Amino acid sequence: MSQQGYVATPPYSQSQPGIGFSPPHYGHYGDPSHAASLPGMIKPAGPLGTTAPGVMLPPGPPPPGPHQFGQNGVHASGHPPQRFPGPPPVNSVAPSYAPYEPSTQSSYSSLASTSSITQLGHQLSAMQVNSYGSGMAPPSQGPPGLLSATSFQSPPQPQQPSVLQPGSQVLPPPTTTLNGPGASPLSPPALRQDGLPGPAPVNAQYQPPPLPGQTLGTGYPPQQANYGPQVVGTQLSYPGGFPGDPAQMAGPPQPQKKVDLDSVPGPIQVIENDRATRGGQVYATNTRGQIPPLVTTDCVIQDQGNASPRYIRCTTYCFPCTSDMAKQAQIPLAAVIKPFATIPSNETPLYLVNHGENGPVRCNRCKAYMCPFMQFIEGGRRYQCGFCNCVNDVPPFYFQHLDHMGRRLDHYEKPELSLGSYEYVATLDYCRNNKPPNPPAFIFMIDVSYSNIKNGLVKLICEELKTMLEKLPKEEQEETSAIRVGFITYNKVLHFFNVKSNLAQPQMMVVTDVGEVFVPLLDGFLVNCQESQSVIHNLLDQIPEMFADSNENETVFAPIIQAGMEALKAADCPGKLFIFHSSLPTAEAPGKLKNRDDKKLVNTDKEKILFQPQTNVYESLAKDCVAHGCSVTLFLFPSQYVDVASLGLVPQLTGGTLYKYNNFQMHLDSQQFLNDLRNDIEKKIGFDAIMRVRTSTGFRATDFFGGVFMNNTTDVEMAAIDCDKAVTVEFKHDDKLSEDSGALIQCAVLYTTIGGQRRLRIHNLGLNCSSQLADLYKSCETDALINFFAKSAFKAVLHQPLKVIREILVNQTAHMLACYRKNCASPSAASQLILPDSMKVLPVYMNCLLKNCVLLSRPEISTDERAYQRQLVLTMGVADSQLFFYPQLLPIHTLDVKSTMLPAAVRCSESRLSEEGIFLLANGLNMFLWLGVSSPPELIQGIFNVPSFTHINADMTVLPEVGSPYSQQLRMIMSVIQQKRPYSMKLTIVKQREQPEMVFRQFLVEDKGLYGGSSYMDFLCCVHKEICQLLN
Amino acid sequence: MATYQEFIQQNEERDGVRFSWNVWPSSRLEATRMVVPLACLLTPLKGRPDLPPVQYEPVLCSRPTCKAVLNPLCQVDYRAKLWACNFCFQRNQFPPAYAGISEVNQPAELMPQFSTIEYVIQRGAPSPLIFLYVVDTCLEEDDLQALKESLQMSLSLLPPDALVGLITFGRMVQVHELSCEGISKSYVFRGTKDLTAKQIQDMLGLTKPAMPMQQARPAQPQEHPFVSSRFLQPVHKIDMNFTDLLGELQRDPWPVTQGKRPLRSTGVALSIAVGLLEGTFPNTGARIMLFTGGPPTQGPGMVVGDELKIPIRSWHDIEKDNTRFMKKATKHYEMLANRAAANGHCIDIYACALDQTGLLEMKCCTNLTGGYMVMGDSFNTSLFKQTFQRIFSKDFHGDFQMAFGAALEVKTSRELKIAGAIGPCVSLKVKGPCVSENELGIGGTSQWKICGLDPTSTLGVYFEVVNQHNAPIPQGGRGAIQFVTQYQHSSTQRRIRVTTIARNWADAQSQLRHIEAAFDQEAAAVLMARLGVFRAESEEGPDVLRWLDRQLIRLCQKFGQYNKEDPASFRLSDSFSLYPQFMFHLRRSPFLQVFNNSPDESSYYRHHFARQDLTQSLIMIQPVLYSYSFHGPPEPVLLDSSSILADRILLMDTFFQIVIYLGETIAQWRKAGYQDMPEYENFKHLLQAPLDDAQEILQVRFPMPRYINTEHGGSQARFLLSKVNPSQTHNNLYAWGQETGAPILTDDVSLQVFMDHLKKLAVSSAC
Repeated sequence: MSQQGYVATPPYSQSQPGIGFSPPHYGHYGDPSHAASLPGMIKPAGPLGTTAPGVMLPPGPPPPGPHQFGQNGVHASGHPPQRFPGPPPVNSVAPSYAPYEPSTQSSYSSLASTSSITQLGHQLSAMQVNSYGSGMAPPSQGPPGLLSATSFQSPPQPQQPSVLQPGSQVLPPPTTTLNGPGASPLSPPALRQDGLPGPAPVNAQYQPPPLPGQTLGTGYPPQQANYGPQVVGTQLSYPGGFPGDPAQMAGPPQPQKKVDLDSVPGPIQVIENDRATRGGQVYATNTRGQIPPLVTTDCVIQDQGNASPRYIRCTTYCFPCTSDMAKQAQIPLAAVIKPFATIPSNETPLYLVNHGENGPVRCNRCKAYMCPFMQFIEGGRRYQCGFCNCVNDVPPFYFQHLDHMGRRLDHYEKPELSLGSYEYVATLDYCRNNKPPNPPAFIFMIDVSYSNIKNGLVKLICEELKTMLEKLPKEEQEETSAIRVGFITYNKVLHFFNVKSNLAQPQMMVVTDVGEVFVPLLDGFLVNCQESQSVIHNLLDQIPEMFADSNENETVFAPIIQAGMEALKAADCPGKLFIFHSSLPTAEAPGKLKNRDDKKLVNTDKEKILFQPQTNVYESLAKDCVAHGCSVTLFLFPSQYVDVASLGLVPQLTGGTLYKYNNFQMHLDSQQFLNDLRNDIEKKIGFDAIMRVRTSTGFRATDFFGGVFMNNTTDVEMAAIDCDKAVTVEFKHDDKLSEDSGALIQCAVLYTTIGGQRRLRIHNLGLNCSSQLADLYKSCETDALINFFAKSAFKAVLHQPLKVIREILVNQTAHMLACYRKNCASPSAASQLILPDSMKVLPVYMNCLLKNCVLLSRPEISTDERAYQRQLVLTMGVADSQLFFYPQLLPIHTLDVKSTMLPAAVRCSESRLSEEGIFLLANGLNMFLWLGVSSPPELIQGIFNVPSFTHINADMTVLPEVGSPYSQQLRMIMSVIQQKRPYSMKLTIVKQREQPEMVFRQFLVEDKGLYGGSSYMDFLCCVHKEICQLLN
Repeated sequence: MATYQEFIQQNEERDGVRFSWNVWPSSRLEATRMVVPLACLLTPLKGRPDLPPVQYEPVLCSRPTCKAVLNPLCQVDYRAKLWACNFCFQRNQFPPAYAGISEVNQPAELMPQFSTIEYVIQRGAPSPLIFLYVVDTCLEEDDLQALKESLQMSLSLLPPDALVGLITFGRMVQVHELSCEGISKSYVFRGTKDLTAKQIQDMLGLTKPAMPMQQARPAQPQEHPFVSSRFLQPVHKIDMNFTDLLGELQRDPWPVTQGKRPLRSTGVALSIAVGLLEGTFPNTGARIMLFTGGPPTQGPGMVVGDELKIPIRSWHDIEKDNTRFMKKATKHYEMLANRAAANGHCIDIYACALDQTGLLEMKCCTNLTGGYMVMGDSFNTSLFKQTFQRIFSKDFHGDFQMAFGAALEVKTSRELKIAGAIGPCVSLKVKGPCVSENELGIGGTSQWKICGLDPTSTLGVYFEVVNQHNAPIPQGGRGAIQFVTQYQHSSTQRRIRVTTIARNWADAQSQLRHIEAAFDQEAAAVLMARLGVFRAESEEGPDVLRWLDRQLIRLCQKFGQYNKEDPASFRLSDSFSLYPQFMFHLRRSPFLQVFNNSPDESSYYRHHFARQDLTQSLIMIQPVLYSYSFHGPPEPVLLDSSSILADRILLMDTFFQIVIYLGETIAQWRKAGYQDMPEYENFKHLLQAPLDDAQEILQVRFPMPRYINTEHGGSQARFLLSKVNPSQTHNNLYAWGQETGAPILTDDVSLQVFMDHLKKLAVSSAC
């Protein structure tokens, strides 16, 4: 309703400041968001789509403006006046907008067009500019200097000529190019040697449409026209492969590559666009099916009836009405649910609803919890469930009259009626054995085998625990933490410790029966750490000494988990095990593992074996753990193969976290480890959780990905779930969905708080339904899509050959895009690659996923590392997976030391680096500081406090604290990047042209991989070819 | 007969030996007709304060199958420096060290008064004494406290270099490491899992020699390669630790819900204790002391489930074969006992609980290893405390009166063979020419292992005369038996005690009177009783009684003087006169009667019966009764209901109980408080006298008897009433004219009836 009113009119962009209106409207200001991301996106809101059609801006205006103000253009682009005729200045964006406005307007039109339809490979430089106004933006923003300039100017011209080839030709050759990306059998080697892995192939493959003129004429106008109605589309006119042989390619490479990169849609501009349009605003969740800002965009989210995107993000916010349609589009329908996501302090924490003994109000039939989707009727005496349509009586205690709108009078007083997310206090019926739960316990289990003693790890852990124990998480209103702690050390036997407060000294109890492990003590193992502080400190002081002379190398693993689980079971409480482990458990005991790492399996159908656990001991152990609410967090310190695939299974299935520190060295890695440990101990967490995802009729949740355990098809059991864990849920149609009622999702998590209170956390989200494919495509969110694809692919890794999985991914990508092309895009030359606006960056992300070491083995990546990353991704939320697959690359040499803003990121391609530059790259696990050989000495001085590049000692993982503004700024940036991430990133200093650079290169994901893995360009070609084939 | 009695007594004092027959029938046939087998009660370590051990090694017969020790019975050729073995007649050279011997310069072992002699072996390093405490923590708080104090006390009594170890158990079993600083460390085992010795040693880390001994003791690689263990440490080193450990010892923390018994893993704890010693100190004397406050309720060796509503097995259940756990548990403990015995370790059981604790199943642990079995109501009683303290009593040399890892070897002259032994021993399964086919007790061997010995430990050794009737023994020939006991003295020395005895042969047909006169009816009664009790362990009670009766009847027939079919004419000579009475009381004793006793009690009584010396055994068979009255000095009176008079104070000693019983009048006097009146001081003295005497007995008796002070009509008077001969019962009370005494409400036959019947059967020609 309100939305329509707000549809933005072109001029409104200026009037934004006035927007103050009312928050609720925001939903609509989707417009701005469109602008930011892509025009098409915005339209998704039901009405828009329809209105939009004619709106599109004529391409004409595009050229000049945009270049200069890339950013502005970008933002602006979203607001083609026509599109949003009605709407006033919806956006609250005011602040960010203001600066840009001037250029904005002018550029808008052009931008809009560009964003809506991007033509790749246009010969017309102008065209490209237009289309990539967005793309260009980033460079221009940040480092206006060299990069952007060069990229802009040079690319277009040289490219077109060289690249262009007849569309017809294009198609045939692509085959080859196709191969290139996937298997990379092509010429690449030669190219790589040239030192330019990515670029060469790119050029070769990616060839703009034949004639500049033509493209312009043909490509543009139609696109725009269509594009209005559809979402935004990016058209890539992609002339097939390169006719020539490698040699030829070698020639053109450098200039071309840069050009190419800029001419294809990149994540950076998409992110920046969204950030510019929606960043810093208030996003109210009052509208069904509205598309939230990107994960990379900071904004304030106001719960007005739907769960915050921090909790739930969907691959698409508009479900197809029928399963046929879903099949046609092949867009996965999935939601990434992070039920315990951290909420920034400026957003309202969840309300807690307490109905006392009555417990939550639930639908009699489907058991859905009272939520805004329930419709009260008959004067408030009954209500109709939004999920199953069952009509229920309102329980007497809950009765309330309705107002003239049919809404309960207490609508705004009850969180469960007006909010998307809230919590219920659970009654005894929701507790295990109908008994209120005990507060959880943390058990620390330290591997005290020789290596851990020798490298000082045990001492480090013990020291750290002393301080950490003071900071155990607690309920907000509580003085002290209710969590009890226990300690176990082990090598091939287990040592339990009695740290009861009345003991003069701790007691150690050795359990050597690892075959059938048990808990040797009841009282005194789990203690309140305040009460037992002195005994615990005494113990932690002694542990390193006690085993100082130990030369035991063998360890056990399954028995300690068993022990921890039994201890929790005996204490009748849920809890979390912190295991600090370093080696392959070879001692004679259940769960004993042998070294089965075999590089020969790589690239064979048996490669999947490497990802499967060696024995089923761990799975049944995990099952027991889950059944008793025992979550396992594992800190691994391997110096060789430890079989992460087996060891990691329990942490994964029990909602724990796996941390891995290869070749742990005290002076380099301790900080990273300690940060992780602190973070993990302190983080928000719920125990003994069961999640149930309910849906309205017509579809249902069919598959779950993440750190979960499923005993049946509907209940997602988690021994614990913390603020960083996300569960991705896939939905399938049961029946037809109606556009009126939409698709409703209710995610309920029953869990035990750290204070030992049983609660229900409810998240509700309403999605739209549409019988128009265009609506579907408009409402997609690429970040969530990639999250889903990554999880489903990584899950499949266990059962299918990697090659098959990669093919499926490529095929599905192509299929999704082809479907769009066929059904939504305006007719255009077959050689054009047209991307829906919402999926503009799908190819680049997809390529990153395909190149990830899990799916594509690389010689320098160990089997363990692959298994590790596989596992990490399975529990990632959208924001984490986005960063993981497309690292953030920040130019540091252009830092404005006075600004507190992060510098604008650049695309992850070698072409963005420069010898004079310093770049910071982060992917959520690693952080690299890349130093060009000609880095400005003053910067080096400022950061490292050494006179020159050569003086830098790359063997550091923490930057020295130098008083200079550069240093402060850089460290501030690093901490900001680190802040929101679940894993502490280890910093590696990479000096250009030195050995570590090889590792660093692997993170430049748009380039061709050193050992295979196609460049973005190659991949785009490949996909385009697939699409063309599909279309034919 | 005074001479024979003196002879017997003298022999007992000198050699610790009492034979059923002191003149031996010279043929197999005659011997079997004697009914009571040729046997002896041997007290290997009988205290001989007058016997200083010699500091050299015994001289052995050189015949490999003989190896008898040079003894006073050997013929010695002083000039040729030769001696003839009196068992195999092998002529042996004296070793060089004996070069200087002559008629006037004899080594001690040749002197007649040294028929028992003790050698100290100098070879080898002394083994430390080892005490491994195995402590139940499923006790009531005050019980545990008392036990802890007792343990603490025992620690102070141990020599400083003795090794001690501690295992505690409840639901779990904890083996405590004693040498840790700053943290107390223990190895914990699940109480339900049966572990093999190897597993236990692996789990305790005993298999690796890597554990360096922190102790200063120099390693002795060859002779005693014992790996000292972290779990067994010298007292002086870990005194403080141990004290702290005991101080922090808590009751088993696992909750015991209503209607359940605590889970007690005695079987596993014992198994671990045995395994631990087996792995660390095999073939070294050691003492495992098990303190338990209830029945094992889980794991191997469990005796009863943890459901309180299902009571522990009774004799009734056993007869009905309604015992779920008994066989398995018994097997478990037997296996442990045999392993411990094989390694020379003895196991004590101190069971203090009001209900049964499974002694029936566990008895083999003590019986086979020579350990002590103590049964009490609570650890917090003087019965336990003093008994326990008495274990650590010392002789006048300051040495413990206990010996470890003994092996008893018996050698006989050719006319005899060894039929077996009954006592706290296991067979070493050494067959030899002198081992009989017929087994009595633990037979089939000439050597037995006795892991724990004290100066009163007594074995019954049974022999068989094998000399054929037609092979007369040369005139003046004597049969000889040599007992060689090797053991580890509590001063850690290895010692060998050799006792050689000889007895005359007599032809039973011509010299029956001699044989008859040399009958030791006390020894015979005890030896027969041991046989009976030994049988009772495996046979039905009535069968054993029948067997005993038949033996008695046959004995009476053989040695009685009577006219056929005339019971009134029946007479027995003095040397047999008491024997039937002993048998009468034996039949009524708890060793053969299980009525009114729990299986545990029976096991307990039998355990002690099988190891006490003759005097104590006799007391057990026929309790002694003293009377205190104004009519005269204290005097022993008949163990008969007629002795229970109103104006007497009775003191009964059954070995297990000391009962003081005040007659009706005395009790009334005391109640009236006469003893407090100066003019009735004599009454006060009368009351005091039995108390003093009882105290005297209490001072020396091991285990401490239950001390009962009761009076006429008191509930505890039953202890007395159940023992006395029921000469007056409710059946014959009025018929007898109510002269004196107290009627016993029983259907048991009285001694009179028994004797009448015996006479009748003895004179009858029917059998």
